[in-house]
Amino acid sequence: MKLLELQGLTKAYPGVIANSDVSFDIDKGQIHAVLGENGAGKSTLVKTIYGLVRPDKGQMLLEGAPFAPTDPRSARAAGVAMVFQHFSLFDAMSVAENIALGMENPPKTQDLATQIQAASENYGLPLSPDRIVGDLSAGERQRVEIIRCLLQNPKLLIMDEPTSVLTPQEVDILFGTLRLLASEGTSILYISHKLQEIRALCEHATVLRQGKVVGTFDPREMSNRDMAEMMVGKTLTTPKRAAVTTGQPLLQVSGLSAPSPHQFGTSLKEISFTLHAGEVLGIGGVAGNGQDELVAALSGEIRTSDDMILLEDQGIGADGPNARRALGLCAAPEERNGHAAAPDMSLVENALMTAKTRLSLLKKGFIDWPRSRAFAQEVIARFDVRTPSPETAARALSGGNLQKFVIGREIIQNPRVLVINQPTWGVDAAAAAAIRQALLDLASAGSAVLVISQDLEEVLEITDRFAALNEGTLSQAVPTAGLTMEKIGLMLGGAHDLEVAHA
Amino acid sequence: MDINPILLLAALMVASTPILLAAIGELVVERAGVLNLGVEGMMIVGAVCGYIAGHSSGNPYFGFVGAACAGAVVSLVFAVLTQFLLTNQVATGLGLTMFGLGLSSLIGQDAVGSPDLTVAKLSFPILSDIPVLGPILFRHDLMVYLSIVIVAGVWAFLKYSRAGLILRAVGENHEAAHALGYNVRRVRVFAILFGGACAGLAGAYISLVRVPQWIDGITAGAGWIALAIVVFASWKPWRLIAGAYLFGGVTVLQLNLQAEGLKIPVEYLSMAPYLATIIVLVMIRAGRAPASLGKPFHPSS
Repeated sequence: MKLLELQGLTKAYPGVIANSDVSFDIDKGQIHAVLGENGAGKSTLVKTIYGLVRPDKGQMLLEGAPFAPTDPRSARAAGVAMVFQHFSLFDAMSVAENIALGMENPPKTQDLATQIQAASENYGLPLSPDRIVGDLSAGERQRVEIIRCLLQNPKLLIMDEPTSVLTPQEVDILFGTLRLLASEGTSILYISHKLQEIRALCEHATVLRQGKVVGTFDPREMSNRDMAEMMVGKTLTTPKRAAVTTGQPLLQVSGLSAPSPHQFGTSLKEISFTLHAGEVLGIGGVAGNGQDELVAALSGEIRTSDDMILLEDQGIGADGPNARRALGLCAAPEERNGHAAAPDMSLVENALMTAKTRLSLLKKGFIDWPRSRAFAQEVIARFDVRTPSPETAARALSGGNLQKFVIGREIIQNPRVLVINQPTWGVDAAAAAAIRQALLDLASAGSAVLVISQDLEEVLEITDRFAALNEGTLSQAVPTAGLTMEKIGLMLGGAHDLEVAHA
Repeated sequence: MDINPILLLAALMVASTPILLAAIGELVVERAGVLNLGVEGMMIVGAVCGYIAGHSSGNPYFGFVGAACAGAVVSLVFAVLTQFLLTNQVATGLGLTMFGLGLSSLIGQDAVGSPDLTVAKLSFPILSDIPVLGPILFRHDLMVYLSIVIVAGVWAFLKYSRAGLILRAVGENHEAAHALGYNVRRVRVFAILFGGACAGLAGAYISLVRVPQWIDGITAGAGWIALAIVVFASWKPWRLIAGAYLFGGVTVLQLNLQAEGLKIPVEYLSMAPYLATIIVLVMIRAGRAPASLGKPFHPSS
């Protein structure tokens, strides 16, 4: 039984065709994935269905009847609801007010509160209607959006990249809710580029590339690799590296303890490890176990006593970031916009900010703009950063492109030690492969690389040794070769001592 | 010294009314996410138009209606410039103030008033005869009570009505409001028009009741005080009354002290209300401003 049929949807913007002759069907109670790289036309497609964009050509049928919403209200009235990628919430307002704003005819405040309670219990999404949205976590905010949609009994629920801000536990809760909804007959259109999730959740998938449908299949019967190649349109190469030749120790961390600068952060407790030249060390762990604090302590944002961190036998624990950069330790934090890069500044300015010391981009205290620009252009060219110009603001770049820029900026400085947190978080498959290859190349050239990642497949793929971070303590590093997911799971669970006892 | 505290308090309400009217209008504008610094300009155009309309028709209430319309028309200029041509709100607001000052001066060149035109004081049975409270609270003209009714109305509108909820949503996060299908520009244009009408009423109250005559620059910075009081009130309607009455109170007090011939230079006394407002603004911690305040919006994303 078909719910929504898309027939030949085409939408062109000046200079770019966002959707070209897109056709596929969504059945009732089906969880249907739309896969695609950044810029493949996924957003335009869902905006068309939700009435924010009108197609140039083509038509849609909802339950067999022509469906051409002129604005989101008419789409909602027809039974289409949408959970946005960047939440469309109002921070200063309560949960109930936020939900009322997304409804055509909201009931009285008291009744609405009751309905919210009921929906949150039915679908396993704990939420209190009186709380102010600004105080909620990312996962709770998404619940507000979902319940706002559910209270209108939608026939079709559109989820646009819903998991990019969620913890693994929150993803599990969300998937449970979506499966329950589908079993009750609600169709779900699930937009994502995360293959793992689509395989776990969806029965049907449509792949978009450059605005066109390039395939429709059952994701449970496709390998990740085949799906990724279909998205990218070319054969992906697994990152390769030259033979590992581990050299002398470059970075020695011993007994590193530091309180977290954040109220709800995790303090570092007695962390010790050694990083050798030519080596990639992976540190895994569930988010919030001290990753941010560890990066801050290594980059110099948190100062410790000098002898806790030795770079080539020189104590640097009390130095700030610029002093460490001068000595050869560069770092790239997790948050691209606002931490690794200043969102409103140009790529040239962003390049200058971390590279000024090592590449001497300052002349007598004045900025050497020609050389800074040349450096930014070199990063853009070598790391295939897609940007109109080096003068473009960092925030205007897609996540993958900005990540390539941020990492390329550090790599071109030729650091002795590179510390990097979540190198491929929220980055599409092609960019992720390029970033991983660049990290391996840096190690092959004799530098040491520390990769902190929650993506365990990534850790297995590119690291030589692996250690688990758990509530601020670090396990012994073990060789990655021969590690299985099960063993890593045990290490992450804090049971590494047991493992050692067995071995 | 013999300042009569009852008369002082009664005069306080009259002195505060123009600021309160202008401030409540600006509060609605700012809650919709628009910063209109042209309050002073809209006020003074309202003052001259209200004066002319009132005196030529012989009916002061006709003057108030004319002033509200004039204020709204001037604010429409601001609305078109900032909402459709996306000009900078701060610069446009400042421009509007200077434009209003000049325009009012031009319109008012030949304005003639008749001495007979007065705005009647109301009298409430029983209430007006209560000793002390009667003269302070219950013997004012209609506009004093109307200003309080508008404040109460705005409070109820923002708190309870769906339109008020949408207006706050637009001021909090215009991108999200747009994504949900609300017409951000339409909401803002209506808010700006309301702000203009209120500023017009405020101006007319000065030229028809408080002074009452037309002179160039008659508003004397009251529009700026209204802007400050909106921040002072943390964008909450009821607190506006406290802010406006504080300023009005100090104004009346210093006028009385001047009349008493206190041995302080007049200039210092004239400064007092502004100084008091600044001091209070510095001392209190202002609440959270609407998150989209002053940011340009174009419905293209």
